[in-house]
Amino acid sequence: MIEVNVKLKVGTFSLEVAFANGAGVTALFGQSGSGKSLTLNLIAGLMRPDEGYVRVGGKTLVDTEKRIFLPTHRRRIGLVFQDSNLFPHMSVKQNLLYGRWFAPRREREIDFDAVVETLGIGKLLGRPPARLSGGERQRVAIGRALLSCPKLLLFDEPLAALDMRRKLEIMPLIERVRDEFKVPIVYVSHAVEEVVRLAACVVMIDAGRVKAIGDPAEVFGTMESQTSEARFDRSSVLTGVVRGESPLVGLTELEHPSGTVWLAGPAGPVGSTARIVVKATDVVLSLSQPRDISARSVLSGAVEEIQFDGPLATVEIALDGDGRLFATATKGAIDQLELAPGARVFALFKTTALDERNVAMAPQAAS
Amino acid sequence: MLNLSPSVLADLSPAEWTAIWLSLRIAVVATLISLPFGIFTAYALARWHFPGKTLVNGIVHLPLVLPPVVTGFMLLIMLGRRGVFGPFLASIGIVLSFRWTGAAVACAVMGFPLMVRAMRLSFEAIDRRLELASGTLGASRLWTFFLVTLPLALPGIIVGAILAFAKALGEFGATITFVSNIPGETQTISAAIYTFTQVPGGDEGALRLTVVAIIIALVALIASEIIQWQAEKRLASIE
Repeated sequence: MIEVNVKLKVGTFSLEVAFANGAGVTALFGQSGSGKSLTLNLIAGLMRPDEGYVRVGGKTLVDTEKRIFLPTHRRRIGLVFQDSNLFPHMSVKQNLLYGRWFAPRREREIDFDAVVETLGIGKLLGRPPARLSGGERQRVAIGRALLSCPKLLLFDEPLAALDMRRKLEIMPLIERVRDEFKVPIVYVSHAVEEVVRLAACVVMIDAGRVKAIGDPAEVFGTMESQTSEARFDRSSVLTGVVRGESPLVGLTELEHPSGTVWLAGPAGPVGSTARIVVKATDVVLSLSQPRDISARSVLSGAVEEIQFDGPLATVEIALDGDGRLFATATKGAIDQLELAPGARVFALFKTTALDERNVAMAPQAAS
Repeated sequence: MLNLSPSVLADLSPAEWTAIWLSLRIAVVATLISLPFGIFTAYALARWHFPGKTLVNGIVHLPLVLPPVVTGFMLLIMLGRRGVFGPFLASIGIVLSFRWTGAAVACAVMGFPLMVRAMRLSFEAIDRRLELASGTLGASRLWTFFLVTLPLALPGIIVGAILAFAKALGEFGATITFVSNIPGETQTISAAIYTFTQVPGGDEGALRLTVVAIIIALVALIASEIIQWQAEKRLASIE
């Protein structure tokens, strides 16, 4: 259980963030400069709040009213940085054991071999960090934080410095850490895919305030949260059931009450529930069921709301059955189709715009 | 004619050997006693913000810019038998004036700015986020200092110590002013060479000691290169 309620003024920026979550991953989501990293620093004790408290598992880390402030090294919090910050003068093994040495003997519950095995870093133990690739370094950094046997793991954009292939390699490891070692996690990111994939609870932060809080589909399913995002970051979360892989190489069919979604890549075992992230800029709207067109994924629904923003508009569609989809279109197109709240529409997107990067297993299905 | 063959070492008189050993002893002791103070001062100047920091920095660097004789005279005023702190030091059994220990203190003071400069640079070059990482892993500031900061600053600390050692070996002005030039007690290689040059026919003795000084300097330089090369090899990972 983590409870955060903090206020802090830095220059002209004011931060006021409050949230609470149980087990699993809590994602702090927002654009850069939104205050999510500042919140993380307050939890880690790298900064002091002007007012408020942070509690983890019933233990108070900071409380301005009760005049409690635990310094970072007494908080028992593992922090994984964007650039792994491994100690260059120690071997991988020494790095891994560093935090363990400071943990009270009775609380060294996390097994060294289990962590090494989970993260696949057995062959790296004798090497200096200089001779590791970016992805390997981040694995070791995760192991190092985990082996300090923390009460809470903090991830500060751990994948931001990695290329797409490495991201896809590290993400399942973070999921395994989440599921196997049962340490609560706070995960800071501005990437929708990561947040949707990993988090049970998303705290959306914008300009120092909590804009929305809840499960990913809920949080990304409101017009307000969409418009607080930069245009290319606006994305919807769809939940569907994996129907099976097409004999055509690698294509996956995902069933949604309002239609079928095709993915160019795997999405999990047949029958399981999958979440996918669809960018608003990838969605095309049509008034009639389209026929002679290459886009294979077609979902039906009704326009709920249209919000204009200069020459562009964001359209919110209530999909038949369940879920919400957001699409960006030009004002001209909206006028030409005479789109208005209540209108029936078909939303199309190209299969090639979706692959395993957009897939997020529902957290309950993964454990 | 002057004898330039390597056999000069064989001709060294017992008094000259005494000067050599005394020089080495003074330089080693001067380096060792200034090491903890140097590390502390360098760290404080690199990391802390405190009132009067500029003043402290100035005082540390003073021996570098003052004439050595002035520094030696100030030591005499402060630590001499009749100096400001002399009687107090004498009461707890520490007598510095006209003793080799005083020479070590003079050498330590003269080498201090060089030592602090090198160490300060290496502390400033350390990535602070490594120390933050250490803190999140449960290490207190003191542990972090000894396990992360100090090892990472090691190349600079070695350079600082070598510079201070070299300065101590060559120190002349402050030493001779503070503790004079007493054979067997405060007469270092430099002071002995100086004495030789002041007497007729002393050139040969001066030359013998000059060769010794060159050998010591070369050995120290090569040793420092090797130590530093190894320390840097271990830290090669900093990108």
